[in-house]
Amino acid sequence: MKHRLIFTSKKLLRMALLLLGVSLAAFLLMCASPLDPLQTNVGQAALGTMSQEQLDQLEDYWGVNDPPLQRYLGWLGDFIRGDMGTSLLYRQPVGQVIGQRLQNSLWLMAFAWVVSGVLGLTLGVLAGANRGKLVDKAVRGYCLLLSSTPAFWLGLVLLVVFAVWLGWLPIGLSVPIGMDAASVTLSHRLYHAILPALTLSFTGVAGIAMHTREKMADIMESDYVLFARARGESARSIVLRHGLRNVILPAITLQFASISEIFGGSVLVEQVFSYPGLGQAAVNAGLGSDLPLLLGITVVSAAIVFGGNFIADLLYGVVDPRIRRGAARG
Amino acid sequence: MEPILEVKELSISFTQYSRGTMQTELPVIRSLSLTVAPGQVVAVVGSSGSGKSLLAHGILGILPYNSHRAGELFFLGQPLTQERMEQVRGKEMVLVPQGVTYLDPLMQVGPQLWKGSRDGTHRKRSRTALARYGLGEEVEGLYPFELSGGMARRVLIATAAMEQPRLVIADEPTPGLDARSARRVLGHFRELAEGGAGVLLITHDLELALTIAHRVAVFYAGETVEEAEASDFAEGRLRHPYTRALWNALPQNGFTPIPGTQPGPGEVGEGCPFAPRCPRQGPECLGKVPYMEWNGGRVRCLHPEGETV
Ligand SMILES: Nc1ncnc2c1ncn2[C@@H]1O[C@H](COP(=O)(O)OP(=O)(O)O)[C@@H](O)[C@H]1O
Ligand SMILES: [Mg+2]
Repeated sequence: MKHRLIFTSKKLLRMALLLLGVSLAAFLLMCASPLDPLQTNVGQAALGTMSQEQLDQLEDYWGVNDPPLQRYLGWLGDFIRGDMGTSLLYRQPVGQVIGQRLQNSLWLMAFAWVVSGVLGLTLGVLAGANRGKLVDKAVRGYCLLLSSTPAFWLGLVLLVVFAVWLGWLPIGLSVPIGMDAASVTLSHRLYHAILPALTLSFTGVAGIAMHTREKMADIMESDYVLFARARGESARSIVLRHGLRNVILPAITLQFASISEIFGGSVLVEQVFSYPGLGQAAVNAGLGSDLPLLLGITVVSAAIVFGGNFIADLLYGVVDPRIRRGAARG
Repeated sequence: MEPILEVKELSISFTQYSRGTMQTELPVIRSLSLTVAPGQVVAVVGSSGSGKSLLAHGILGILPYNSHRAGELFFLGQPLTQERMEQVRGKEMVLVPQGVTYLDPLMQVGPQLWKGSRDGTHRKRSRTALARYGLGEEVEGLYPFELSGGMARRVLIATAAMEQPRLVIADEPTPGLDARSARRVLGHFRELAEGGAGVLLITHDLELALTIAHRVAVFYAGETVEEAEASDFAEGRLRHPYTRALWNALPQNGFTPIPGTQPGPGEVGEGCPFAPRCPRQGPECLGKVPYMEWNGGRVRCLHPEGETV
């Protein structure tokens, strides 16, 4: 137990340090970039009409001339107190913008994450357990096709087929146009999330399936599967009893590692479907020089990705008897 | 007495794909013959890489998909086809593998012994089998990584003793054990034979094999070169020069090493594969060498020992 606690706190500490590093790196990159928050905030035209005195005052107010380190520490201090600053584009606290956007994106990403995980695992296990047979060839061909298809293109194709030609699904956005927020129901949200979520999950499937297939094929060639066959266990029992059990550990790693891919994919997919999620906000923040928002999104996404890895590590400790029992003994 | 297992001129080869579509056959076992009678421990002795594990897998029908098997196999007098192998393996014909890696690392010992069924008879049988080898029922709750080397070996033997096997195939059951534990493990196989089963003991250790085997089949580069009674060794009634060389390489017989190395799969021509290392070889050894009855055993040699006697 004590062992687990130490392990967990070490992991947490490491995560905090990583986040610190990510935020610092992002901050420095933004400092080095030509993005000018003053110009964005005040507007090109207004900036032109101001006197040098007014400009200096404003620069002082925004701290433009403070050294970067001082500005970073100021941001960090506020961040720790829960204040990520104010978004220049949305004129709202960054925390609030991210909260709203994340809510929309979470639907999408959670759906895509679960679908790609389940589908990828199933296809991978099927292919790996039947290596060289027809199922395997079909799965491999499918994955090759998928992984060579860009996500945005796939999104466009789905959009044209299901939204434009067939008219079954909405063209974009996360809720019906013109409906007031109070009357939006869960089914509206789900209905609007179907296409972007499908697109997003498709891109994740190939990677998970191919990696699972590798692992499963290794397992099928392992000594313990050979022995199970020698003991007369049926092929079905071998896949279900030994294959799944042993593929689950790598699958956990894969599944949680895929969070970052899903995040990356969501930026493109939300753009294609005009879906007001975090990915879209990130693009807007970048194009609109909204530094506080961009920094906030970077840190929050990094925290979610690291959090995923952290959960994977914890799950390992629960699932793998060598860690669970080994730790309990030593 | 009807033999439990008869292997006649078994050969096992692998289909290999080199450079795309070029397909070659790699023969690993070429002419393997042996017989196991009820109550007998027959040791198959050969150095590593000579195809011993493949022999075990070939008898059980668990060869890899790119392999091809030819020759005749009989089990309890009936031809042993692939279908029959699938029927009898794990029941009348069991494998005792080499080590703990043959147990599922993420499954407790108990469920592995029960093979997925949870009924009372399986539990009772596993308790009895474990108890027979001095293991308590708490072992059923352990994972393989929690077993010591000796315990793991006894668990593996218990998987065999749980069934009522007519044939036990043990593939290198002793490496990694100290001499005392190794002798105890071999004793367990002897016991299984005394219960009426045939035991095929596969090993590279002639000395250890001689402590429990009734008969010894010597295996060289994919061929059985000699079958002898275990007592033949101490009495000096050997037949094949390779057997003689193995015998002389034992510590108590002077540790004389054999010059040269065993040819690998695909490096053997039509003639005797031992000829290049053989003190008794002649030009005719490059041709086909028959497997024949000789001096109370069998030998694959044109100049076997004892011909002048
Ligand atoms: N799947 C395979 N494909 C090709 N060759 C193989 C395969 N499996 C084993 N072999 C060959 O068969 C030979 C004998 O293997 P093995 O039966 O494990 O030997 P032993 O048990 O006597 O040490 C090895 O030298 C190896 O090259
Ligand atoms: Mg072997």
